[in-house]
Amino acid sequence: MGNIRTEEITLSMGPQHPATHGVLRLIVKTDGEVLHEAKSDMGYLHRGMEKVSEKVGYTGFQPYTDRIDYVCAMTCNQAYSTAVEKLAGIEVPERAEYLRVIASELNRISSHLIMIGVYSMDIGAFTPFIHGLRERETVNDLLEMLCGARLTYNYARIGGVSSDMPPNFKDKCIEFLDHFEPIVDELNRLISFNKIYIERLANIGVVSREDAVSYNLVGPNLRASGVNFDARKNLPYSVYPKLDFNVPVGKGKMGTPGDCFDRYWMRICEMLESCKIVRQALKQIPDGEIMAKVSRKIRPPAGEVYTRCESSRGDIGFYIVSDGSDKPYRLKIRTGSFSAMSIIEKMAPGMMIADLVSFFSSLDIVAPEVDR
Amino acid sequence: MIDQILTWFPVMPTWVAHAIWYLIIIVLLITFFSLFAGPVSWLERRIAGRIMSRIGPNRVGPQGIIQWLADGLKNFLKEDLIPADADKILFRFAPYPVFLGVTLILVTLPFSSLLIAANINVGILYVVGSWGLVVIGILAAGWASNNKWAYFGGMRSAAQMVSYEIPIVVSILTVVMMSGSLSLQSIIKAQGVYPWEWFVFSHPFAFIAFIIFFISAVAEGSRTPFDLPEAESELVAGYCVEYSGMRFLFFFFAEWGNLYIIGALAATLFLGGWQISDGLKEWALSYGTIFPHVLEVIVFQIKAWIWVLLIIQMRWTLPRLRVDQLMNLSWKYLTPFALICLLGTCLWMVVFPHGVSYVSYALVAITAIVIVYYIWRVFWHLRFTKSKLNIKWII
Amino acid sequence: MTYNMIKEKFTYLEEVRPEKGDGWFVVPSDKIVEVCKKLRDEFGFDCLSSLTGVDRGDHIEVVYHLHAYQKNESVVLKVSTASVVTTVSTVWASANWMEREVFDLFGVKFEGHPDLRRIMLPEDWVGHPLKKDYKEEAEYQGMTTTR
Repeated sequence: MGNIRTEEITLSMGPQHPATHGVLRLIVKTDGEVLHEAKSDMGYLHRGMEKVSEKVGYTGFQPYTDRIDYVCAMTCNQAYSTAVEKLAGIEVPERAEYLRVIASELNRISSHLIMIGVYSMDIGAFTPFIHGLRERETVNDLLEMLCGARLTYNYARIGGVSSDMPPNFKDKCIEFLDHFEPIVDELNRLISFNKIYIERLANIGVVSREDAVSYNLVGPNLRASGVNFDARKNLPYSVYPKLDFNVPVGKGKMGTPGDCFDRYWMRICEMLESCKIVRQALKQIPDGEIMAKVSRKIRPPAGEVYTRCESSRGDIGFYIVSDGSDKPYRLKIRTGSFSAMSIIEKMAPGMMIADLVSFFSSLDIVAPEVDR
Repeated sequence: MIDQILTWFPVMPTWVAHAIWYLIIIVLLITFFSLFAGPVSWLERRIAGRIMSRIGPNRVGPQGIIQWLADGLKNFLKEDLIPADADKILFRFAPYPVFLGVTLILVTLPFSSLLIAANINVGILYVVGSWGLVVIGILAAGWASNNKWAYFGGMRSAAQMVSYEIPIVVSILTVVMMSGSLSLQSIIKAQGVYPWEWFVFSHPFAFIAFIIFFISAVAEGSRTPFDLPEAESELVAGYCVEYSGMRFLFFFFAEWGNLYIIGALAATLFLGGWQISDGLKEWALSYGTIFPHVLEVIVFQIKAWIWVLLIIQMRWTLPRLRVDQLMNLSWKYLTPFALICLLGTCLWMVVFPHGVSYVSYALVAITAIVIVYYIWRVFWHLRFTKSKLNIKWII
Repeated sequence: MTYNMIKEKFTYLEEVRPEKGDGWFVVPSDKIVEVCKKLRDEFGFDCLSSLTGVDRGDHIEVVYHLHAYQKNESVVLKVSTASVVTTVSTVWASANWMEREVFDLFGVKFEGHPDLRRIMLPEDWVGHPLKKDYKEEAEYQGMTTTR
């Protein structure tokens, strides 16, 4: 057996590949099925957003924040606005904060639906994706009611939100939530506890707690490995302190803690928590202004700030350095998918290609977040 | 028929008459095959649509019925691309064994007591042999494409098909033992009309053998949950990634036709084939000599198409197995169980040479209860599903 | 409180507390790895949340945002450099890619980095875009960069 010569094949997964969500590339060295190495190559979607921000100014950068992560754009808008407001000392009216929270949580639901759907599709079950998209259509309609757009919302502006909610929004929202919570049950019955699915997900790609923290995984990826950290609870911003919700933490539901099933299960639980948050926010929302009085050109005083706001892929960190003018001196966007891609190189050796696809999908990486 | 042709054209040598007759049969069979494979694709897309709470093709023709014709025509008109560094002869050759492997089986399928193209007395052996031709085509396609992904897909597919042939053959051997003959018509004639006289319900070992046969046949046909060779998200369409146009469609024709072949084989070997009761036969004979055969064909088709629908539903519900889990299933679970069934059948036939009718009745009762429960569960879940499409057609 | 503890422990760190915004510690560039190791091991700052650079004209500031999950505290470190800093990828694994990004966009070389090459831009790109004096080349591989 030792005399048979085997060779390594170098394969390129991507940039055009159905399993890499977006334009990302993994150069994989394998001897048939088991991987020896997986190097990631990114930068296909690098648009130079940080440099652009130095040219267009604070107000002009607002539409760009949608494009950092177009699957969950509301939270990116909110993160940017929170950072600039902290720097400039702008006080946002409470109604606007509640509207931001409602929009972000609805967007979190639709983003997690996409992750669950795409993950199931990568594993081979095509139906949960379509069912998820069906629900996402209703969420898109709701968000279109709020701000007029279905994907790139540009809703949370510096100082408030761009438009108020129409009169029938509350009823339609509650109708959707009443309809949606049993659908999560349906999804669980269809795919989450399917034996084949569990075989493909459990005990695969186990990320230990030390690795998760050292590689700066954030969001559901971090919580699945056992770290109880949610930027909405631990670094409170907006009106989250007034809302009551749980933070799911991975306990190894079907296998070891920190495996792919835990990361998947976090997102299912978070969808239900988001429903809770939206219900409470709709009850508690006060009347009032939706936009603070800010000038056209926002001139924050010189200084710097680093805020972290919880998006569906982890917390988005905005580091803004201001020199007193209306254009940021340096704006850095630190996203969750960037660090998640770096852990693939460490976890890949010893996996099989099918497991690599499963692991990659469980990290919920979107290409625009990685490259900005 | 050959004599009739000879009487019309007396100058013709006999072999030409033979050739014309066989040519007619071939054309008929290929037409039948297309009429199975094409509409199965339409059926699959409609059922997939309903499972996913959407509609499916409904534009081309009434309810989208001629969608498959439109697809076929489109693929004929596409540019015939062959990669520059591909092995040109193998690349062109590859779709044919895949297609042949499935079409050749049609020749021996008994649609009714007289409607069979070639009543070979080693029918089952021929079926298993020609099913194995598919592996050659897939390997050739994977290799000739000069593409690492295709190569992977071809290797995986060959491994999968070869390993799942064994449980199929062993479970077929169970049936052969029970009927005492390799010919498909004799196997059907050895069964009875009513469910408790079919082979599948005659004793528990045959029941398990049927389940093993069904799972292995689905794996042999590369359907989800065993569709690794064409696993889209991993290997970008696997072994047929470099194919386009009609060559590409050949592979899929074979896959859809295979669905029907699996159903037909299951119906023939385990479910009693075209058998109808004597009372029905008498009633049909009163209308004309051809009607019993029509009834038999209908019964056969119903039994075959149930399995087609089941396989389609499985594809759109279940995720896919990883390649080592697939191999595990075949070698560590299906093959040993199939061998146990073979042994068990042997022993049963020795101990109870005439069968035990109570066991058959019990198995039929259990299956009936399971089917009723399944239907009840489906409707129970549908009652609580809030998302309904308001369309009239059931598919 | 942690700020005071850090100030006591590391006497060579200079704390800057501006009026508006976050405050930071300025670290001499030869002591950064030692400081980071001690902060991780003794103070529990086990997460490097962000590593980035700011172009200040004559020098580049490398900014480290650290976070301690157990105590839920953060601290900011800054290192001023003309061109070279020692790598902290031995302390936190996330620094590997973040330092590659800083190298790619600012041109700061990290000594001891296992794999220092461009991450977002192609390997044959000329220049470091996020620097304030960056001028884009007229052509890249034969294609003009202006419309």
